[in-house]
Amino acid sequence: MSKISVSITVNGRIGSDEIEPRLLLVHYLRERLGLRGVRVGCDTSSCGACTVLVDGRAIKSCAMFAVQADGSEVLTVEGLSTGEGLHPIQESFWDEHALQCGFCTSGFIMAAYTLLAENPQPNPDEIKRAISGNLCRCTGYLNIVRAIEAAAAAMRNQAG
Amino acid sequence: MYPASFEYAAPGDLDDALTLLRRFADGSPKVLAGGQSLIPLMKLRLAAPSHLVDLRRVAGLSYIREEGDWLRIGAMTTESEIERSPLLQQKYPILVDTSSVIADPLVRNLATVGGNLAHGDPANDHPAVMVSLGAEVVVRGSEGERTVDAEGFFRDLFVTDLAEDEILTQIRIPIASAGASGAYLKFERQVGDYAIAGVAASLRLAAGRIAESRIAFTNLGSIAARAAEAEQLMVGEAPGDSLFREGSLVASHGLSPWEDLRGDGAYKRRVATALTYRALTLAAKRAAPDS
Repeated sequence: MSKISVSITVNGRIGSDEIEPRLLLVHYLRERLGLRGVRVGCDTSSCGACTVLVDGRAIKSCAMFAVQADGSEVLTVEGLSTGEGLHPIQESFWDEHALQCGFCTSGFIMAAYTLLAENPQPNPDEIKRAISGNLCRCTGYLNIVRAIEAAAAAMRNQAG
Repeated sequence: MYPASFEYAAPGDLDDALTLLRRFADGSPKVLAGGQSLIPLMKLRLAAPSHLVDLRRVAGLSYIREEGDWLRIGAMTTESEIERSPLLQQKYPILVDTSSVIADPLVRNLATVGGNLAHGDPANDHPAVMVSLGAEVVVRGSEGERTVDAEGFFRDLFVTDLAEDEILTQIRIPIASAGASGAYLKFERQVGDYAIAGVAASLRLAAGRIAESRIAFTNLGSIAARAAEAEQLMVGEAPGDSLFREGSLVASHGLSPWEDLRGDGAYKRRVATALTYRALTLAAKRAAPDS
């Protein structure tokens, strides 16, 4: 099968590549670019561990071919923070103990990132809806909801 | 999971997309919209198309607008866009009901209304809703454009009226008239699962009576069939609790849902009765908000 040339901007860096059409975006990110914060969980678009942003929209990268992202901008958890510090959402997940094993965390953080970009002051119900495509088998979700509330407050303060 | 290999093209306009579908006709080409049904099927190797013709670069397939007698929705409009549309929130709440319960928010960012219909899955939510709304599906092929009633579009399980070299481009819905509204309700085990049952109910009231009613079901048969007997029973009557209880019993009585992990036939019929009653009640309330 013929390969396709793509040019995809990932975490601000433009990259060109020749890829098979059947290569899923999640494998492109993990295996070609080494971005292992993007996880393969269920591999059936249920768990949300593979969540990344494509052109500002949070999507499940195990249900998208990398060729579909040609010309797009992709943001993964690795691109959230510039420099040494953590992004406020990451900071809040740490502070509120919103993870145990951490496998699902990057997916939750990306889903939260999308939510807060659209709605800077979500209530707990809105948060629960926004993370309804992500599964966590450790925490019971309460701390995750708290972390997103805390992150929203921190980001509002930061924005001043 | 890796899908079988395929050739990929993302043409820039609809004519090129149609040409490609014809050119690949010896194989098994498929149109790729949001991919949220097709890609999981390909990963499971339940589908192995020879070519994918991706519509993402085709301009002018994503819009929601009222025009003349129709509300027109472009086939590539995503569920998220429908969910967030102020026009639909205000005038067509049944469509917002629907899109906001499809899969989950991440899937809805890619999933499209055209893909949802073209897939022909009776467990998908839009088919019943479009049947209840009396919608028409606009299809482009080499012979030009044609329209099909939503009701005639779904032939059987995963079988639609769409030919392999045709592309579903638009869904058009009769413009909301005074006294008309609808509701879609779905009962599911968990977010992202298919419905145990779903019900779309559309009503038009005139002079305090039901002038028109259309009810259709999700995942209770091989296609989203209408509940004709219940619809007729209600026409000419004043909307009310006892009428809707009777209507919901008659509507669900005609169903023969298959047994699966989500329940047996009797249970699903009971769920359908309850949902139909609630959907009719909500539709009537929306159709006559002041009464």
